[in-house]
Amino acid sequence: MSADNESRAERIRRLLETEGPTVKQNAQGFNEGRYAAMADVDGERLRTEAREIKEDAIERLPELIETVRECVEANGGTVSLADDAADANEHIAEVCGDADSLVKSKSMTTEELDVNEHLAARGIDVTETDLGEFVLQVADEAPSHLIAPGFHKSTDEIADLFNARFDPAEPLETPEGLTAFARDHLGERIRDADVGMTGANFVLAESGTLALVTNEGNARKCAVTPDTHVAVAGVEKLIPSVDELGPMIELLARSATGQDIAQYVSLLTPPTDSPTIDFDSEEPIGGGAEDREFHLVLVDNGRFEMREDEDLKETLYCVRCGACSNSCANFQHVGGHAFGGETYTGGIATGWEAGTGGEASDGTDAGSISPASVEFNDLCTGCSRCVNACPVKIDVPWINTVVRDRRNRGADPSGIESLADGLVPDSESAGMDWGKRAFGNIDTLARLGSATAPVSNWLADSAPARALLERGLGIDARRDLPEFRRETLRDWDQRRTPGVASPLTDREAVLVPDVFTNHVDVDRGKAAVRTLEALGVPVRVADVTGTGRAPFSQGMIATAREKAEAVADALAPHLNVTGTAGERFRLADGSEASVNAGRDLVFVEPSDLAMVRAEYDKLLPAEQAENLADGSFEVLEYVYGLLENGVDPAPLTRGDGEELTYHAHCQQRTLGLDAHTEAVLGRLGYDVATTEAECCGMAGSFGYKADYYDLSVAVGESLAAEVEAADGAGEGANDDTDRRVVASGTSCEEQLTDLLDRPATHPVELLDPARGPTSE
Amino acid sequence: MSTLAATFTDALDGLGVESTRTTAAGFPDALAATVEGPAVGTPLPFDGVSLDGADVAVPPTPDQLRTAKTGVTPVFGGIAEYGSVVVESRPEGDELVALYPERHVAVLRESDLVAGVDDATDYLRERFEAGRDSAVLATGVSATADMGATVEGVHGPREVRVIVLSDR
Ligand code: SF4
Repeated sequence: MSADNESRAERIRRLLETEGPTVKQNAQGFNEGRYAAMADVDGERLRTEAREIKEDAIERLPELIETVRECVEANGGTVSLADDAADANEHIAEVCGDADSLVKSKSMTTEELDVNEHLAARGIDVTETDLGEFVLQVADEAPSHLIAPGFHKSTDEIADLFNARFDPAEPLETPEGLTAFARDHLGERIRDADVGMTGANFVLAESGTLALVTNEGNARKCAVTPDTHVAVAGVEKLIPSVDELGPMIELLARSATGQDIAQYVSLLTPPTDSPTIDFDSEEPIGGGAEDREFHLVLVDNGRFEMREDEDLKETLYCVRCGACSNSCANFQHVGGHAFGGETYTGGIATGWEAGTGGEASDGTDAGSISPASVEFNDLCTGCSRCVNACPVKIDVPWINTVVRDRRNRGADPSGIESLADGLVPDSESAGMDWGKRAFGNIDTLARLGSATAPVSNWLADSAPARALLERGLGIDARRDLPEFRRETLRDWDQRRTPGVASPLTDREAVLVPDVFTNHVDVDRGKAAVRTLEALGVPVRVADVTGTGRAPFSQGMIATAREKAEAVADALAPHLNVTGTAGERFRLADGSEASVNAGRDLVFVEPSDLAMVRAEYDKLLPAEQAENLADGSFEVLEYVYGLLENGVDPAPLTRGDGEELTYHAHCQQRTLGLDAHTEAVLGRLGYDVATTEAECCGMAGSFGYKADYYDLSVAVGESLAAEVEAADGAGEGANDDTDRRVVASGTSCEEQLTDLLDRPATHPVELLDPARGPTSE
Repeated sequence: MSTLAATFTDALDGLGVESTRTTAAGFPDALAATVEGPAVGTPLPFDGVSLDGADVAVPPTPDQLRTAKTGVTPVFGGIAEYGSVVVESRPEGDELVALYPERHVAVLRESDLVAGVDDATDYLRERFEAGRDSAVLATGVSATADMGATVEGVHGPREVRVIVLSDR
């Protein structure tokens, strides 16, 4: 295990240093572009439509295949349906006949199948004409991104590569020079080629039309120039007709690169009427269209099996825009060579690689669901920032969780297993990774930790213990461990006298503590209780800790489900469910949060709230999940609701213009709840700056893991740099110009505190009436 | 100017695409001002306009196509919101002529403009049903960011000009 871990950590460290800076610049550029471009359209409506179109198309897939077959054949082309990579390559070679040369536009599906290698083995000279793919072909490297495959290479690196390979008269230096060189070089290849191969972004079944979306124009050129056109597309690319294309056109470029629309949306129904062209001929162009040949190779390679798999099926809706990669803080820092498999990259790669075998080159695994091959999916921390980015609303983190769960279950039991069963009462297979198992059972460990504090803290922090933790559980010795408190939040709550003698509203709250609030950062829990009571709401602390977030992130779905069931049982008496959502808290922007008639469930930790609101529907019966979700609030969202409903904020501690920088928790942002905290802090007189970083990089257990420590810190440093930039003068810690740092998530607080040398606090601790106006 | 035409012109401006609005009578002058030789083209099927008499090779030989500075084609529709034009795969070779030369001059009837993508897909469906089922929605010039910065003019044209026929 440790050698394996070491090499993974080293690989990540190397990529952070080499490809990281270029990847970060490009991914963040695309990501900012997407935010701007999506702001111009009704994104929610378009994404809902696109989702429905893909759901319907995958449902009707067998029928669409028959429709397109009839249609293409009637147009004069051929259609084949390849079962797996070997079969596809066989078909492709067959339709290429005795061709000597083939030019290709960008197609991930042909990469999945290793088409180039197979054609080369048959003596066909294959040239990639997308400039990014061409760079990789020259460099003999794998793509690092779905739409910008050479996205990890800087201009200088490409210039060095081209100068070494092609030895041009004048050395190439600039993007313009490199582009002109590639255009001329590739232009000649295209004019001479026997076959043009394209993929397809969509295939319109009812007319036999390929929709090809490019900026460079190479797909058009490859399709129209040689007489023979071969298109290779996964079966999931089929949609019924041009009627379904609108939302796809609107969304694809916006999601991918932040353009309103791509330069060229080619709708080709081959063989097309364009005249054939022979650059050696002296005759004017015209005619010859009857000589055009067209072959459509549709590829299964595991897709039909994915279609039958309730959890992986969603992957087939993917339009491969790369937004999930660009919006991912881990991806932004390390790129697709770490966060990716054989062909596909980023969060959704887990679904694609697991479903399409991921090892098409030897043909052995092609077509089977192979979760074991997608170890990179640990780089998905479940931050959920991709969920709102995805144009077809794929729950990318869920796919990663499911595959992680299957990997855990598939793991071989090791000798340590008997120990596990006594200590961690989970429902996982004995052989799973020990580190994951420890993090997944953090509530049990925390209970032990508090019961034996402070001895447990001294022991855990001793050098031999840290070495053991790093070796045995993969916990990086450079991280401070949480310090368990002897008196938990619940202990405190049971001993105290309730602070609301006569309630000011008809509301009553149950604070549901997460593991950290109950056992470690007990102060923020107390602050939450005092804040709500100061606003006249009676509060009690729930007698259940955590929501199952910890096992869920480790891919321990059965354990998470058991926890969710226990939480639902424990909280049920508080929810006076009437079947209809009660009164609603409404935000100025029209979004809303519904409230049940009974007690309100309030969470200090956004990742636990997000668990209940966004994940319980996968773990619990629908109605139960919905009732819990409807009755749950993030604590500042709740304060916001109270203030909006006329409760006087006077008892709360005010900011008096104090400057602070607020980093909203990733999952909180996905739920749209960052605005509530900003609004409350603003209303109480704080001068609030906010951060743009998608995630702090800590992400629960992720930042503790030795394998990922460097990546976690790199992501955190980008965030810390934003905070420092907001400070203005900023270098030195704690000088007069430093703004207070406020973060909603435990992880964010830990990461920022580690990296900034000044403590980050939860916003509710600022409001705490016990804090007093000048206290820290 | 109709609202659609105004929106279209603005969108083209945003793309850095020069456009000229003219009547059929003014077309020869507009064309002369837009074409840089050597030029190739495909026949314009619009009433009262033609490439006859202009210094444009119609139809071109493959070599003329490869070395032309300008390619003139009709386009059959445009999306006002985005400044897109519809290049159809006609047997006359529009697709090749709009793609190979450095500059594409697109000749558009103002009455063929539609507002947005939804209207465009409706419009395309009708044309598909009439058997005219291959077309490219082309927006601005060919571009890439694969060499480390955005560069215009890759496999397709580096410049696009649109001549809008206001009375057609
Ligand atoms: S999962 Fe969604 S965001 Fe990611 S590439 Fe696919 S379509 Fe784009």
